[in-house]
Amino acid sequence: MKKSKFASLFLASSLLVGMLAGCGAGEEGSSSKGGESSSANGGETIKIGANLELSGAVASYGTSEADAIDLAVEEINADGGIDGKKIELIKVDNKSDAAEATSAAIKLTSQDKVVAIIGAATSGASVAQVQIATDTKTPMISPSGTSTTVTVGDDGKVNPFTFRTAFIDPFQGTVAANFASNELKVKTAAVYADNASDYAKGLAASFIKDFEAAGGTIVAEESYVAKDTDFRSTLTRIKSSNPEFVFIPGYYEEVGLIVKQARELGINVPLMGADGWDSPTIVDLAGADALNNTFIITAYSADDPDGKAKAFAESFNKKYGKEPNSFNALGYDSVYLLKDAIERAGSTDGTKIKEAIEATDQLELVTGLYSVDENHHPIKSAVIIEFVDGKQVFNTKVNP
Amino acid sequence: MEWLQQLINGISLGSIYALIALGYTMVYGIIKLINFAHGDVFMVGSFIGFYSITVFGLGFFPALILSMAACALFGVIIERIAYKRLRNATRIAALITAIGVSLLIEYGVIYIRGAQPEAYPNIFSNKSFEFLGAQISIQSVLILSVSVVLMILLQFIVHKTKTGKAMRAVSHDVEAAKLMGINVDNTISATFAIGSALAGAAGVIFGVYYTKIDPLMGVIPGLKAFVAAVLGGIGIIPGAMVGGLVLGVVETIVSALGFSLWRDAAAFIILILILIFRPSGIFGKNTREKV
Repeated sequence: MKKSKFASLFLASSLLVGMLAGCGAGEEGSSSKGGESSSANGGETIKIGANLELSGAVASYGTSEADAIDLAVEEINADGGIDGKKIELIKVDNKSDAAEATSAAIKLTSQDKVVAIIGAATSGASVAQVQIATDTKTPMISPSGTSTTVTVGDDGKVNPFTFRTAFIDPFQGTVAANFASNELKVKTAAVYADNASDYAKGLAASFIKDFEAAGGTIVAEESYVAKDTDFRSTLTRIKSSNPEFVFIPGYYEEVGLIVKQARELGINVPLMGADGWDSPTIVDLAGADALNNTFIITAYSADDPDGKAKAFAESFNKKYGKEPNSFNALGYDSVYLLKDAIERAGSTDGTKIKEAIEATDQLELVTGLYSVDENHHPIKSAVIIEFVDGKQVFNTKVNP
Repeated sequence: MEWLQQLINGISLGSIYALIALGYTMVYGIIKLINFAHGDVFMVGSFIGFYSITVFGLGFFPALILSMAACALFGVIIERIAYKRLRNATRIAALITAIGVSLLIEYGVIYIRGAQPEAYPNIFSNKSFEFLGAQISIQSVLILSVSVVLMILLQFIVHKTKTGKAMRAVSHDVEAAKLMGINVDNTISATFAIGSALAGAAGVIFGVYYTKIDPLMGVIPGLKAFVAAVLGGIGIIPGAMVGGLVLGVVETIVSALGFSLWRDAAAFIILILILIFRPSGIFGKNTREKV
């Protein structure tokens, strides 16, 4: 009873934090919208719909992506458009609401007759459009919907017209396994996962599968439960199995304590986690010293020295006067993914575009090389960030 | 030496349980009340320590003493406001009040400062030394010695001072103590003060050792300390110390054997077993209750 109360409280507070963060980002970005979509002068245009969370609880995601989509469309049109045709962008606000997302998708497909839809930013609003996309044979690309249900229905069948730009959660386990065996060249690893979270369990399972496939050995597999504070006894057990690497999928609240206690017990090997670690609070909890030699995975880093990423960061900064974040990068990439597919399809027919997206192979985007697997999940690069004295530093980019 | 390391882990955890359990057991010994608000006094102590270190810039020992003093006062206030007028009411009424007080403190703190957790500042270096192959951090040595000193001090107060004598007398027989001229109200307040001060100390130690504190942090350690008190024999002071240490070591052993997810369950299974087979605890005498 107390536990559930605490959980709901925690959820409520994190929601609030999310909303506050949203407000800040939203205000900055909203000043520079509109205008671009009517740049077609008489000639034929390619209509692309953007069904995004421009207001409501997660407006920061939607507006971040909308800014970057504007930038991408502007660049493509300035460069002569797609096959000589300019893009006409039609943005619809789904108010961070699934029902609104469905009606926005109906409007885009039946009234505006768009060629494809980009959006929505969240999994819930994306799933709400799937049926419309399938019925009207309109390809849709969700820039940041990470739930598997966006592209794979409850019956296990792939939604034929639905794609995504962001990698799904379990994919991070694969990235961690590749990084550990290829970059750090370790042979033994321990896994210490949050047993109360599907996210962490999914990551742990895919890490173990791929690490063993790469010839590594898992010497210890332990779990904890969110809200624990004492990890020393399990960490001592992990230490006695002498791993060269410890993978800790989980959220920063516990991971911060785990990292601190692990270092106190003399576990000095590299520790690694995924985007659940990505919070400034982790530095307070673990301490900057203890966090040295730890790594996390993200979709995009503004410090990525790669040509495309650098160019994007510069042009984004020029237009909006700030550093791009992951949502910006994913929104931007969604447009180029679509552009590439339309060019290869040589047509604006929905089914042909869909087939072209399915055939995407190692397309170079800001967030790395992009291919699509049979479940319409991307196979793409991920960025590895290392903590150095409490600062996040770009380490490397792992290609699939 | 994995086992030595695990033993140290267990004793560190157990000494925190023991410090909290002492407050439970002392209050129970004297007024037969299970003070469920005790875990929240522990939480308040932790926050007082946190703010005195971060806001007032105090060191560990001044913060510890400030937190103990503030918690002693807090404990007395709780007793005077909530429990005193229920002294002749049914025990269930007092127990329900204790749960109410517990929720009031938890959500009062959330109302004042929000529910977000805080990270205790690193006041001791993270350095550790090797002893027979086990890594012992300077913090855990310090924490252990502070706990031991506090427990010795408590034994001294209970057995060698007048207040202690009065406490033992009241615990033995309230009416007789009253007849002998002992001020029962003041003695009960003193018991709450000492018990709460120990909880406050445990709160600061917990913060230093485990870093993360939040307004609901007292719930689980409070329940575990209750188990420890019952394990040792509720109402018996050495029982609470031994019960706390045993519980800490058992939990560590359960994790060390690879059943970390069963750790919390283990504590409560112990409670059930104790209640079935030896309800008076390790140190308790089997006395028949008169009906």
